[in-house]
Amino acid sequence: MIEINAVRKNFGDLEVLKGIDLVVQKGEVISIIGASGSGKSTMLYCINALESIDSGEILIDGVDAHAVSTDINTLRRNIGMVFQQWNSFPHLTALENVSLAPHIVLGKSSAEAEEIARRQLEHVGLSDKVDEFPSRLSGGQQQRLAIARALAMDPSYMLFDEVTSALDPELVGEVLDTLRLLSEEGVTMLVVTHEIGFARDVSDRVAYFHEGVIEELGPPGQVIENPNSEKTKKFLAKVR
Amino acid sequence: MGSSSVFTSFQFSDFGFLIEAAGRTLLISVLAISIGTVFGCIFGWILSVARIVGAVTLGAVLDVFRSVPLLIQLILFYNFFPIIGFNLSPFEAGTIVLIFYTSSLVAAVARGGIDAVPEITRRAARSLGLSYWQDMRYIVWPIGLRAVLPSWAGVALGVLKDSALVSVLGYVELLRASQILITRTQEPFLILIIVGIFYFSLSFPISRLTARLERKWHYD
Amino acid sequence: MEIAVLAMVVGIVLGLGLAIMRMQGTRPLAWFAVGWIELARNTPALLQLFFFGFGLGAFGLHLSPFLIVLFGLSFNNAGYLAETFRGGFNAIPATQTRAARSLGMTQSQTYIRIIIPQVFRLVYHPLTNQMVWSVLMSSLAMLVGFRELAGETQFLASKTYRIFEFFLVTAAIYYVIVKLFLAGARLLSWRLFRY
Repeated sequence: MIEINAVRKNFGDLEVLKGIDLVVQKGEVISIIGASGSGKSTMLYCINALESIDSGEILIDGVDAHAVSTDINTLRRNIGMVFQQWNSFPHLTALENVSLAPHIVLGKSSAEAEEIARRQLEHVGLSDKVDEFPSRLSGGQQQRLAIARALAMDPSYMLFDEVTSALDPELVGEVLDTLRLLSEEGVTMLVVTHEIGFARDVSDRVAYFHEGVIEELGPPGQVIENPNSEKTKKFLAKVR
Repeated sequence: MGSSSVFTSFQFSDFGFLIEAAGRTLLISVLAISIGTVFGCIFGWILSVARIVGAVTLGAVLDVFRSVPLLIQLILFYNFFPIIGFNLSPFEAGTIVLIFYTSSLVAAVARGGIDAVPEITRRAARSLGLSYWQDMRYIVWPIGLRAVLPSWAGVALGVLKDSALVSVLGYVELLRASQILITRTQEPFLILIIVGIFYFSLSFPISRLTARLERKWHYD
Repeated sequence: MEIAVLAMVVGIVLGLGLAIMRMQGTRPLAWFAVGWIELARNTPALLQLFFFGFGLGAFGLHLSPFLIVLFGLSFNNAGYLAETFRGGFNAIPATQTRAARSLGMTQSQTYIRIIIPQVFRLVYHPLTNQMVWSVLMSSLAMLVGFRELAGETQFLASKTYRIFEFFLVTAAIYYVIVKLFLAGARLLSWRLFRY
């Protein structure tokens, strides 16, 4: 379970998160929607401490992610993250990209790590590309590679930061399909996205971010189809 | 060290001596850079047009100037002419070698600059009716110049510093002057600092300026 | 020729240190690094050699010609290489570090496995250029009394007064060495960088 309590964050003078409260249960799929700059991505980065927070706390299975005593590397093994710009390692093949972290972070043997990597690459539909370098893969393939890389660590939680925003339209589908597959397998997912359709069809709950706070939180049937808040309605009208 | 009559301390007139020598450094550098750049642009153009043939012939020749130490080139050149009959002064020999050296470096830069202009841009110009030379003058030159100005400045500054090597032929430019003064005044540290300041105060601002220009141009 | 290689190796180590000092160091360290770098890049190499020779000599520190050349060329190499390394590091997007850390890698694992291999690929070409430069600059050793290739040639030539012929041979030797080195470096890069 991820507990986010009264989290605030500033970038210099700019207050980006103004008190976020959210609890993510195991197996939940939560979509996070909102305008650019509303703080959605920042909050994801705070969860695995790639960004610091100024007040409040984030507890991952009871462990404070931002406490000085916490070993953040151990914590991050359990949280997988996929970025908007996939950030594949260009100097490693697809197989090496996925097997590296299990090998050097989890300490698995090369054979075990490779086995895990092959399995995850097949999982996302890239078994025919295992020995290719990322430069030879399309954006959608590289993104699926990034998903496989994060999954190979067998995390309890997966964070997705607008993973389809940088893709050409015809490649978006294959990545969303992979996300859908994961949600059906029971992976706990926090998905920041602009794809409202996806959020409506796949999530258990949707959070609408507005200027640094969660304006509305609830099942898709409510937040997307029948929002309570005016601001939510305005946003959805613009986006639909 | 001591008060032998051979040594005299650094005097004000020595400063004038250094300034004069600095002037000679500038003279030989400016000559080499300007003439070398002109030739280099021509060679660079040839290289970019003639491609493989050019690379194998002119390119290979120019390459020699970059693969042999400048010092050796100077010595060779200076000692070549007495063999065939006439003598060159250190100034003449040094300038000529520096010109060849500069032009080979500028050729590579110029060629890069021409190649940096996208083919599609040039095609657009030609399809509007511009002649080949108009294309060169109004399209390639401005775009290519922006692309390679920092590299060219690097070459120019390099030649300024390398002009110090002409001292080996006896030409009394700044570094040679400093050697002479050091022997006489036995104050090497002071003199080297002064000389260092001279080179530095020319080279540093120019390289900073081009770095800033490059950053500025990169953003548009 | 060994001096050129030695000066290059020392230059790489120093240059890397300077680059790190400049990028990550405290204010005084960073200033020191910048000072070294700009001095090395904006004054003639020969002047730098003279400094280690005559300059230090004024303080009673008389280095052997070998050391003068080694220190002088290393000083010079380090300055240029520091900028090369810094450019390489800056060219790697911060997102690579982010991705690696998000997988749970430590800072040092990230550096060794992800950042450094990519930097190496970027700086390989400038590094080979600097090596060629180092070889060509080693001829300056002749002017401070150190006898490597050029100095040896001058010694022989002065004995026989056949300056031109001897130096022509020397020029040819340098040319061949440079060409061989560049060819070797190119081959190596094909093998190393398949992506």
